[in-house]
This record gives sequence, C-alpha cells and structure tokens, in this order.
Amino acid sequence: MRASWWTRGTLGGLALAAALTSGCARPAAQAGGTGDAASRVYVAPGQYDEYYMFASGGFSGQLAVYGLPSGRLLRVIPVFSQDPEKAYGYSEQSKPMFETSYGFVPWDDAHHPSLSKTDGLNDGRWIFINGNNTPRVARIDLAEMNTKEIIEIPNAAGNHASPFVTQGTEYVVAATRFSVPTPQRDVSISTYKENFGGQISFVAVDPKTGKMSLAFQIHMPGFDYDLARPGKGPSHGWAFFTSYNSEQANTLKERNASQNDKDFIAAVNWQQAERCVAQGKAKNWPTKYAHNWVDASDVAHSEMLTGSKVLEPGDCPGMVYYLPTPKSPHGVDVDPSGEFIAAGGKLATVIPVHGFGRIQKAIADQAFDGQVGGIQVLKYEAIVSCEVKEPGLGPLHTEFDDKGNAYTSMFVSSEIVKWRVSDCAVLDRIPTYYSIGHLLVPGGDTRKPDGKYVIALNKITKDRYLPTGPELAQSAQLIDITGDKMQLLLDFPTIGEPHYAQAILASAIKDKQIRTFPLAENKDPVATLSEKDARVERKGNVVHIYMTAIRSHFVPDNIEGIHVGDSVYWHVTNLEQDWDVPHGFAVTGANTSELLLMPGQTRTIAWVPERPGVLPFYCTDFCSALHQEMQGYIRISPRGAGTPISFNTPK
Amino acid sequence: MSRSSRLWLAAAALSLALVYWLPLWHISLKAPQYPEGLGLYIAVNKIVGQSPQDLSSINNLNHYIGMKVITPEDIPELRFMPWLVAGLIAVGVAAAASGKRFMLYTWTGLFLAGAVAGLADFYRWGYDYGHNLDPHAIIKIPGMTYQPPLIGAKQLLNFHATSWPAAGGWVLILAVAAGVLLCLREFRAARRTPSPMPAPAPAVA
Repeated sequence: MRASWWTRGTLGGLALAAALTSGCARPAAQAGGTGDAASRVYVAPGQYDEYYMFASGGFSGQLAVYGLPSGRLLRVIPVFSQDPEKAYGYSEQSKPMFETSYGFVPWDDAHHPSLSKTDGLNDGRWIFINGNNTPRVARIDLAEMNTKEIIEIPNAAGNHASPFVTQGTEYVVAATRFSVPTPQRDVSISTYKENFGGQISFVAVDPKTGKMSLAFQIHMPGFDYDLARPGKGPSHGWAFFTSYNSEQANTLKERNASQNDKDFIAAVNWQQAERCVAQGKAKNWPTKYAHNWVDASDVAHSEMLTGSKVLEPGDCPGMVYYLPTPKSPHGVDVDPSGEFIAAGGKLATVIPVHGFGRIQKAIADQAFDGQVGGIQVLKYEAIVSCEVKEPGLGPLHTEFDDKGNAYTSMFVSSEIVKWRVSDCAVLDRIPTYYSIGHLLVPGGDTRKPDGKYVIALNKITKDRYLPTGPELAQSAQLIDITGDKMQLLLDFPTIGEPHYAQAILASAIKDKQIRTFPLAENKDPVATLSEKDARVERKGNVVHIYMTAIRSHFVPDNIEGIHVGDSVYWHVTNLEQDWDVPHGFAVTGANTSELLLMPGQTRTIAWVPERPGVLPFYCTDFCSALHQEMQGYIRISPRGAGTPISFNTPK
Repeated sequence: MSRSSRLWLAAAALSLALVYWLPLWHISLKAPQYPEGLGLYIAVNKIVGQSPQDLSSINNLNHYIGMKVITPEDIPELRFMPWLVAGLIAVGVAAAASGKRFMLYTWTGLFLAGAVAGLADFYRWGYDYGHNLDPHAIIKIPGMTYQPPLIGAKQLLNFHATSWPAAGGWVLILAVAAGVLLCLREFRAARRTPSPMPAPAPAVA
C-alpha cells in the first residue's frame, strides 16, 4: 500500500529540505540490510572477490580498485593527481604525464571510468577516465593497473560527457560541460549567446596499442553537454549526449538554466561525421593540446600537438539531431539491445525512453519540430517509446540487467527504481543512503549485463559510519538484484567521490596481471642494470647518481663530492625480478617525494642539497629481514670546496 | 635378440631424444612469503626457473646464506650432457639394428653407469652449493648447511625444498628400466636356446 506518488514526492521534497537544513539522521528502521547479507558478501581470508570494481576517485583525481562483493579496497591507481607515495608526478619518468597546454597541472577531477570493449562486451584491456577540470582523458592498462596515456581535449572546458567508449573502442568521446568562447578569446561574458559554443570530440583509439589521437570535433550550440553513451547493436555508429541550459544562461544557471520544459539530447551519427571529415568538410582550427604517454620502458613523454579538425553541423547534414527531452537531462543510457535510450531528467517528472528505430523513422519522415542552431529537432512524440511515470525525484542515471529491466538512480528521493524497459512499468524501489549519483551493474552498459548486483554510488553518508570530523566519506552500496525485490547487502566507504564505476569479472583480468618489469626490457636511458655499472658522474654542477637497489643494499651506498647547490639526479633501478619486492628510496630534506620502485623499474628524483653535511638515504618499503640495514650516506660539501666525486662499488 | 626385443630397444633408445625438450629434474622451494613457490628445472643443457624470474630470485635469496651464485653457463656438464645422450641414442639404435645381445648388454651397462654418475655429479654440485658458503654470509646458523635433497623433501630454514624427477627424468628411468628388462629377457632366452649353429654351407653344384 503506497501513498499517491505526488503526495510522497512532495513529502520527499520537504524531507530533502529538512535534511539540508538540519542534517538529521534517518531512523534505524530505515538503515537497510537483510538478515543473511553478511554471508553473501563474506569473502574468506585468502579467497578472491568475484569482480574488480573500478571507481572514480572524484576530486581525488585517482581511480580506486575494489573487490566485489566484499567492498575491499585493493589499490588506488594514480591518474590525474600527483601521488608522493608512488612518486607519480614527482619522478622525472612520470612528470610529463601532467603536461597540458596550461603547463604542469598536477590535479584533476576524475569522473567516469569506461572499460574498453570489443563487440559491445568488456574486453579487459584498458579503462579510460576523464579529467573534468582541465579537459583530459586518461588510459589505464588493466594488466599493470597504471596510467599509460593522457590526452588533452582542446577547444573545450569541463570534460564531463566522457570517456564512454564506443562498441568496439573505436572512439572515446568527450564533450564540454561549460560552453566557452569558441575559439577561446577575450569577450564579455554577457555575449554568451553570440560567442559561446560547445564542442563534442571523438578521440580515436588504436585497436592494438590503445594509443589515443584526436580524430575530429563537432562545434555545437552553446549548451552544457553533460553525459554521453555511444550506441550499440542497431544504434552502433551513433552516440548520444545530454545537454542542459538550452536557455543559454550565463549567470545563476541554477535558476536560469532550469526554465525550459525540455532540453536536448544530441544524437550524433559519428559514421556520418567520419564521411564528412573524409570529404574535407572539417575546418582546421588552430589550437594547442598536450599528448602524454608512457613508453615500453615505463618512461613518460609529452608532445604538444597543434590544430584540430572541426565540423559545423550545418556543413554535414545528417550528422546531428536534437532529441527533445524533459528536463535538464543528466544521464543518457542505452539498453543492452541498443534500441532503447533512457534519459534521466534531473527536474523531470518522468523518465522518457527514446526508441532508436523511432528516431530513424522520424528522420526519414522528416518529423521535425524546427531547428536550433542549425540542428534539426525531432518531434518528441515521434521518438519516445514510453515514459516511466512517477519514477521518483531527480532521476539521474540508468543501468540495465540481463532480464530486460532498468535501474535508475534518484538523487532527490535517494533511491533506486527498477523498471521494465519494454513498457516502462515500475517494478520495485529501494532506498539508498544517501543521495545516489551514478549506479552500476557489472557489464551494465554492455550487450550482456551480469544481473547479479547493482551498486549505488552515494554523495552523502551523514550517519552511516563513525563520524570523522566535518569531512565524511562518500559511499558505495551493494544491492542484490537476482530476485523480484532488491536487497541491500553491504555499505562501504570510498576514496573521493565515486562518481561512476564499472566492474568486470575478476577472471577476465586476474591472470594477466604483470608481476615484475623484465630488466632485460628496461631501456630507460638512465637505468643501471647491474651493480658493476653503478656510478656517479658530474657534468658541470649537475651530478647523476646511477644507483641499484636489491635486497638489502644500494650500490653505491657511500657517495662523496656533492656540493651545495648541485643539481643531483638520483637514478635508482630496482634489480629485483621477484614478485612483490618493491624498494623505496628517500633522502633527508628532499622537497619532492620518495621513490617507489617496482621490480625491474628505474625512477629518477631530482634534488638540490642546500647545506653541508652527511645525509642518510634509505629504503622506504619494508623489503626483507635486513630492510633496516638498507641505507647509505651522501656527503655534501660547501659550495666550491672541491671535494672529488667518489663512491663505492661491490668488492 | 628377438624381433620384439629389437623393436623395444630401438623405441627405448629413441625415446631418449625427448630429454632435449623435457626437463630432467625439478627442485621446488616453498615458504610463507612464496605461496606460489619458487623452482628450478634442470634440463639436459640448461637450468631454468619454473617461472622466468625464479633463477635470479633464488640466487638473490641465496646471498643471505652466502651460497654461490648459480650460473648455468659455468656448469660444464650442461655442455656435454646433450652429447652423452646423443651417444646413448646412437649406441642403442645400433644395438637394435645389429640384433646382437652383447650390444644390448653394453648399451644398458653404459646407460646405468651414466645414470649413477649423473646422480653422483648432481649430489656433488648440491653438496658444493650447500656447504661452501661465504664466511661473511649475512645469516649464519651453526651446523646448518643448505644442500638440497638429492631426491625427496627437506626443510631449509623457511623454505620447504623438494627434489623429484621431472618428465624427462621419468623418460630416462623408463628407458633404463626397459633396458634392464630386455637384458633379463634376452639373458633367459639365451640360456634356453643355445646360440644357433652357423648354417651349413650350401652344397656347391
């Protein structure tokens, strides 16, 4: 027995207002969970989880790896933020990863992980994630779980609708969340309507190496492009981008961008765009953007690229259509069949489901409802397949199971609603704690979802965990979806804000994890592959220390002849070839970070000693029974003292 | 020799060629920190880790107890063993072709002598690695030596070491067993039927 939805909705709205003002806790009766939940998420010591879950670290800039169903945090992969623990962004070999056209940008806001796909299924090769603030896309290798490449997206701002790979990883997409002057220039903000534009970008992915390159961009009307999903199956070749602010407001968007009853989903036929580019219809915009990648020896490089191929929708008929969609749509999600496209209108009272076949028919029949910015707007009635009525408040994102059902997150009413794709009938709902953003079903964006769990990714935790001062964790909640009723099983905190996450069966990538870097393949020019090659070389006031680390000593471990003000480069190579034997390196007073060296890896840290004395250096990663002994000394002489370079090597 | 003995002998001799592909012996080491195990395969011409990095890992661990570095290039046996096996194959095939019992006994004798010498040599190397330790070793335990078992299992500090024939070793064992059984069979056959008299020369017309 349920109260009328509208009554409940109103009360929900009031409850939200109350929660925002008073921060009150929910009654214990609503805490969720079921009696036998513990046994269903228990992974015994030494046993493995069934899935890897990759969750964005949000404003931490990183990507976190969890096991499911246990919710155990396994690793934090550094992506868009410097990480002194791993020397990521501090070592000379990794610093180029942070280059952009704005210079060295050591932080970003990571949002949406997207697993690479073959034929619409997760293939376990790479995972991509977007940097929202300084528009970037990163590629992470899933055999190494490290960031291998970062490409900047030019002519854009706020890369939110990204990366969302196409069915065969032909492209990762990107779109601007903040329209900006296109091209960038000095204009008055009040000239938004005349001068500001959006940009939808397609970044090609090399099918063998994964290497990314900017293929083309589409210059769009100046709305805020929010989220995206490429099509699959029948809709392969298309990609769908939500937008809000069709009002084109440039201030107080909270209100001014919330006036129109419908905004637009941009349906982009990227195969048509490819044809137009091939026909020379794209214009070359002068622009500058960074492309950074890691080579086979684990050394990062950066290049500054120029120029971008930009298509105007008016120059390429049939490339873009607008699908009117209520109201300020956020998520746009394509069901496993590739036929149905669900839109989560943040302020909408229904969830519209567009039919891809209907869209094609509307285009053929020219069922247009005018034009916006030179783009044909299709008739809403012609394209909508059904609407989920009274779904809840603040629908955002939808994922799918393997039984024809959809799961939509409701931010305002803080719940997940389950509905049937074929007729939009609501089947079930379950509260989340609290204010769910994205959600995921393992494989939920593929042709074959694994309909076992849905995971809620929540923005607010309030009373869910022991309080930790004003800053509280965000959370994920594991919910069983195998039965008719959804059941909450587990509630676990996450690093940063887990905007979106994707999960893949552990068996797909577990056995291809790299254990060591083969020394024989280490071509880093500053590598020292044997203790007898360890040495110290001075070139002017630059000193290169070529050092090795192996249990449980450094070579050399006594170094003299360094002077105050020298630029000292510590090039340390871990000679171990044994699994799980990293070494660390740190020297007193270094104003950078430690080095953390995986077996077979070379890392360099730059250091300028500032006062005379003898300083110790040591291994920071407990490597062996004699780890404490793994240390050495470096002597710093006063400027101009003339102490000759000397160092010891093995007897 | 009977026809079937000759065929069996030829098969046993030719089967030895398998040891060019299959390792002879497997030494495995397990410790709490190495749940996946470390191990070495000893083949007729090389020593390799059971995982690509195992030889360097074992050498690195051995430096704590002052054991010499195992460098396969410095073990001369690995250079001439392939030729010994080739010789055994040649003699075996020749014996089968000739059909002479004496050749069978010779082949089996050579083979047995080679096997005993090989095991003795293996023991000698194990003894040398296990006993001749660096006096400045990091870990020194009075009375402790680190010779791996010739065959069987043994606890060496935190490592549980086992040493067993690998696939190629089993080929050798089966081949030498076949040789011994053929010798017995032919020896008995020889006692039952005296060696045939030379055939009378055909009358000349």
